[in-house]
Amino acid sequence: MLQVSVYRYNPETDSAPYMQEFQVDTQGRDVMVLDVLHMMKEQDNGLAYRRSCREGVCGSDGMNMNGKNGLACITPLSEVVKNGKLTLRPLPGLPVVRDLVVDMGLFYKQYERIQPYLQNDTPAPAIERLQSPEDRDKLDGLYECILCACCSTSCPSFWWNPDKFVGPAGLLQAYRFLADSRDEATRERLAELEDPFSVFRCRGIMNCVSVCPKGLNPTRAIGKIREMLLANAT
Amino acid sequence: MVTNITSFGRSGLSDWLIQRVSALILAVYTLFMVGYLLFNPGLDYAAWSGLFSATWMRIFSLLAFVSLAAHAWVGLWTVTTDYLKPTAVRIAVQLVVILAIFVFLVWGIQVLWGA
Repeated sequence: MLQVSVYRYNPETDSAPYMQEFQVDTQGRDVMVLDVLHMMKEQDNGLAYRRSCREGVCGSDGMNMNGKNGLACITPLSEVVKNGKLTLRPLPGLPVVRDLVVDMGLFYKQYERIQPYLQNDTPAPAIERLQSPEDRDKLDGLYECILCACCSTSCPSFWWNPDKFVGPAGLLQAYRFLADSRDEATRERLAELEDPFSVFRCRGIMNCVSVCPKGLNPTRAIGKIREMLLANAT
Repeated sequence: MVTNITSFGRSGLSDWLIQRVSALILAVYTLFMVGYLLFNPGLDYAAWSGLFSATWMRIFSLLAFVSLAAHAWVGLWTVTTDYLKPTAVRIAVQLVVILAIFVFLVWGIQVLWGA
């Protein structure tokens, strides 16, 4: 029997959040945390959490499992359970809508701020904007982000200043467009980032790298943005 | 772009660079001081006063004082913006910190050049 402790909060009926205990029989199998959530939902169908693709592609089920953020669907019990106990909490730092569901508004606002789309005013050629294989290689490790918010919600700088610090996820995408040979708005993008908060609130503690379910490295991207800012300054 | 009025350089990039350069200067100054004290065990007033009467030592010390002032401003400004959310409290603490840094800096210059 696996003992699971889950954060429960329904703002319509509960005055305060509380932890609920579940006993789950996994029949000795090393299932994913998301499977355990399904088993718990059979016991109490009021339990709320987000999920969609259940294979680590959509990024819906980011949550805090035994103290570490990750995707429930691709995290096997053997990776997180300690002493037969599992504690599930919502992603830290964002307002809770209900149980494990958080309001991602602030996270998306920071993502929107870095203008996550290609900007190029040159008339498009007849076929498409070509890129050399070397230029294309620069986008590897950047474009794979699924915006699950595991990194930004594990970052203390984002906890303290979610309205001013872009956060690791947003900055990884900011660099994705700064590094793109087809993008022409490099100067404008850099000008938006040089204040003391947007990029420079990063203290390089690398929580983002340690939790990223896709194995990406936002800290390195932030370092590259700093280098670009320095190279562009006088 | 987040607007700032009480940060040291008004720019994250310049604050970041100043923080690193001043840290380097302070590290060199500290190493020099520790080294000097270790290699001069029987230090007396005359030797100590002689060291600080040399122009190069005064320039080196003043550089370290200015670096310390800038470093403290950038660092403490960052701490206040993390932890003090009410604007009035934050600005008040920042002004006290900046004023203290100014007083200590002028006092330091007086000690260094006044004698």
